[in-house]
Amino acid sequence: MTLTHEPIEGEHFVVVSETTGDSWEIVVGLEVHCELATATKLFCGCPNMFGDEPNTNVCPVCLGLPGSLPVLNHNVVELAMRLGRALHCEVEPSVFARKNYFYPDMPKDYQVSQFDQPINVDGWLDLPDGTRVGIERAHIEEDTGKNTHAGGSGRIHGADYSLVDYNRAGVPLVEIVGRPHIRHPEQAKTYIDELRAILLTTGASDAKMEEGSLRVDANVSVRRVGDTALGTRCEVKNLNSLRSLGRAIEYEARRQVDLLETGERIKQETRHWDEGAGRTRAGRSKEEAEDYRYFQEPDLVPLAPSAEWIAAIDAAMPPLPAARRDELASSAGVAVTESSVVIAVQRDLDQLALATIAAGGDGKRVLTHVEHNLSGDGAADLNPATFAQLVGLELGGQLTATQAKTVLAEMVTSGRAPDVIAAELGFEAMDSSELEGIVDGLIAESPEEWADFCTGDDKKRGKLQGFFTGKIMKATKGQADGKAVAALLESRRADRG
Amino acid sequence: MSAIPSTALEIAAAVRSGEVSAREVLDDHLARIDAQDGEINAFNLVMVDEARAAAAAIDTQVAAGQDPGPLAGVPLALKDNLCTRGIPTTCSSRILEGWRPPYDATVVQRVNAAGAVSIGKTNLDEFAMGSSTENSAFGPTRNPRDTSRVPGGSSGGSAAAVAAGFAPISLGSDTGGSIRQPAALCGVVGVKPTYGMVSRYGLIAFASSLDQIGPFSTTVADSALLLEAIAGHDGRDSTSINAPVPSLLESLGQGVDGLRVGLVTELMGEGIAPDVAARVRQAADALTAAGAQVGEVSVPAAAYGLSAYYLIAPAEASSNLARYDGVRYGMRVDAPTTAEMNAATRTAGFGDEVKRRIMLGTYALSAGYYDAYYGKALKVRTLIVRDFEKAYADFDLLLTPTSPTTAFKFGDKTADPLSMYLNDICTIPTNLAGHPAMSVPFGGGSDGMPVGVQLLAPALGESTMFRAAAVLEAAAPALDEVWS
Repeated sequence: MTLTHEPIEGEHFVVVSETTGDSWEIVVGLEVHCELATATKLFCGCPNMFGDEPNTNVCPVCLGLPGSLPVLNHNVVELAMRLGRALHCEVEPSVFARKNYFYPDMPKDYQVSQFDQPINVDGWLDLPDGTRVGIERAHIEEDTGKNTHAGGSGRIHGADYSLVDYNRAGVPLVEIVGRPHIRHPEQAKTYIDELRAILLTTGASDAKMEEGSLRVDANVSVRRVGDTALGTRCEVKNLNSLRSLGRAIEYEARRQVDLLETGERIKQETRHWDEGAGRTRAGRSKEEAEDYRYFQEPDLVPLAPSAEWIAAIDAAMPPLPAARRDELASSAGVAVTESSVVIAVQRDLDQLALATIAAGGDGKRVLTHVEHNLSGDGAADLNPATFAQLVGLELGGQLTATQAKTVLAEMVTSGRAPDVIAAELGFEAMDSSELEGIVDGLIAESPEEWADFCTGDDKKRGKLQGFFTGKIMKATKGQADGKAVAALLESRRADRG
Repeated sequence: MSAIPSTALEIAAAVRSGEVSAREVLDDHLARIDAQDGEINAFNLVMVDEARAAAAAIDTQVAAGQDPGPLAGVPLALKDNLCTRGIPTTCSSRILEGWRPPYDATVVQRVNAAGAVSIGKTNLDEFAMGSSTENSAFGPTRNPRDTSRVPGGSSGGSAAAVAAGFAPISLGSDTGGSIRQPAALCGVVGVKPTYGMVSRYGLIAFASSLDQIGPFSTTVADSALLLEAIAGHDGRDSTSINAPVPSLLESLGQGVDGLRVGLVTELMGEGIAPDVAARVRQAADALTAAGAQVGEVSVPAAAYGLSAYYLIAPAEASSNLARYDGVRYGMRVDAPTTAEMNAATRTAGFGDEVKRRIMLGTYALSAGYYDAYYGKALKVRTLIVRDFEKAYADFDLLLTPTSPTTAFKFGDKTADPLSMYLNDICTIPTNLAGHPAMSVPFGGGSDGMPVGVQLLAPALGESTMFRAAAVLEAAAPALDEVWS
């Protein structure tokens, strides 16, 4: 069965079942674990470092040796609160709890986490498309070690033997529990992009999905359009990239619609995404639900950050992506949802763009360059004044768009002024009579193609437009302005008709 | 060789002055252990080589004119749930077989720094769960006063070591009475300090919110000396109190004139042996004679302490003891899957009482039962704190029996866990409140076995508590004195 995504009033999305023609809504809530970028672990002084030799960053505390006790890392609380405030959460007095279950990668066979009294509650995150996704909580917990299963299936069940690396055990995590306000696979990916930007901006995490410092689980359910109650959800794990996230949500929604349309029920369960097979699979079924027997961690004292501490965090908060987009869009005179605005902020080039606009550069042209021509290193070091100068040359007709792109690349490399580079490359504004002469000469050289261009169907004309444009560009060594060429060809065709 | 003094204060003074050497002191105690511990079984391990090296180092310091510290050359026994670097630490459990901690407990570091000579690791009820030391995987410890009787527990080895003269001082841990009850049954002094006064770093946890390390000694002054050495803030224990250590030795001569002492009515009636209750009244009279104002006080919630304790302590224990899973250290019984290996290891490694409490605690925390059991127990705990607050509005100290009876015979209570649990009825409330308490020997029972009376104080009230303890020590009848 295929599902077609259709936007409703530009806000919600539905999927249409091709089997029944019924409309369904996908509902997604994301749980994100991110490792905090502290120098040391949550409860001990061991380095918080990815990629070191196994079991080298360990001590009695993070190995959970008998008699050892945890001591809370102050910096973890700082970073967790920074993230919480960036997500518009309230910082509440909180307590740590033990989540009890047996697993060999967990040295104490319980995980220290926060349960009924988390540090950050009730916030939100605004997506570039204007959607506001609620944040239920963002709490502190410790990471586990890492198992490697040798032989058999590569999973713990049936492995010949297993190795455990405890370097990651006790690394500080924040789990960000989003409310089920996401309605589309792409929106889920955007949410993660946006969250990553906030994590990087606040310095809370390096947020690398490929190194596992940002891990995403998706709670997916579907419901018929118009229903207000949530459907039964499945939690999809093992999502190692944004691509997997989008595909897994799409697959899972399709699977659930299929089941529901054939009269079956959705079983609430954990499912693992298999990227190779492109499907989710149910986890090994457990005879009964896990009972984690949470209770307050008696080895730690309650956490009550002072109002002064929270105020200091707010005061030092760097501008966040949503605010940066607002500022840039208003300065450039474009909509905040424009892709160029989103990309400029993603690439950390919004300050450059703002300074260039302030130096007199046209907002739309500046953003076009940022979006299409400034993806490489060194762009942020561009001089806004010379960048503005380049945009001026382009708008004044002294440089074509293609030439401007070339000059800009050279500016990034050499830092020299655009007029100097343009002169060196022999880029001069071609006056229109000169271009007309070249075009008329080429038309005369290829009468058959010209006739076909003038009378042929759209397809043929498109092809021949490419033919003539290519010849003109060759003749002008690329200095002709593409738009001017197209306009000239069109006007000659009209003259002929 | 000069005569070896018997108390820690005297030994330290003699070693510091060069009157006797730490080696002589050690040899004297090792000889006693050698002669008698085969029968008593106070020690899981006698650290002969390490102790000799430590004593030699003390003697070198003294010879060089340096002061080794307030415990210079004093032999000290450590309960075998205190981590000692490179030395087996077993909790008297098979499950920790072969494990050597890579670090010293904070208290071990502190007694070493004060010049003490750690002489051995003492026996206990497995993971400190018990009141008779009969739950040890390495056989019971015998009461030095009568080897047909238990020494109490769970720190039975540490109490017996001091009572038998194997060491003038020792360290134990007290979760529900595990220092005070064996102190009472063996006729020595035992102190449970305020929760957080002594660092728990390196104490293998039984119930983290209740565990506290404390001293045993033959005299009140020696307990003051040892507590001063181990107390004080430790950055490695988040529950450690950041407050100055009280000067306990200084408080000893201050008497009790004008102090208000309350006799807790709930702990003087049903369940308390008449001979024990009579000794407590005699102790109250001694305090009155010394100028204290003694009255009766009710602490109603104390009656529910035992029930709350046997939910809270097992709940925490069920989590604390989860890590003994065969994966990283200690015993492992191989099996086809990890879960089966965990189960086989724990089945073989833990004794019955430990299993019983893990099951109790797991049940108390389970979904659907939490509110009725663990949650309710926490409320009772709050009530106990409140009732103590009320009592301490009118009284400076409280007085109770330490144990309902004197030392009982081996096997008397092993068939009925509940009767064993009742041993802790007088000691448990202070653990739930986090308050200090201590047991002071005060004559004998009708069977001629020692009776201990318990002094209770509000949090950080150790100085006042030790003042009264010194008065009781001076007034205590001899063990064989017939009571009337």
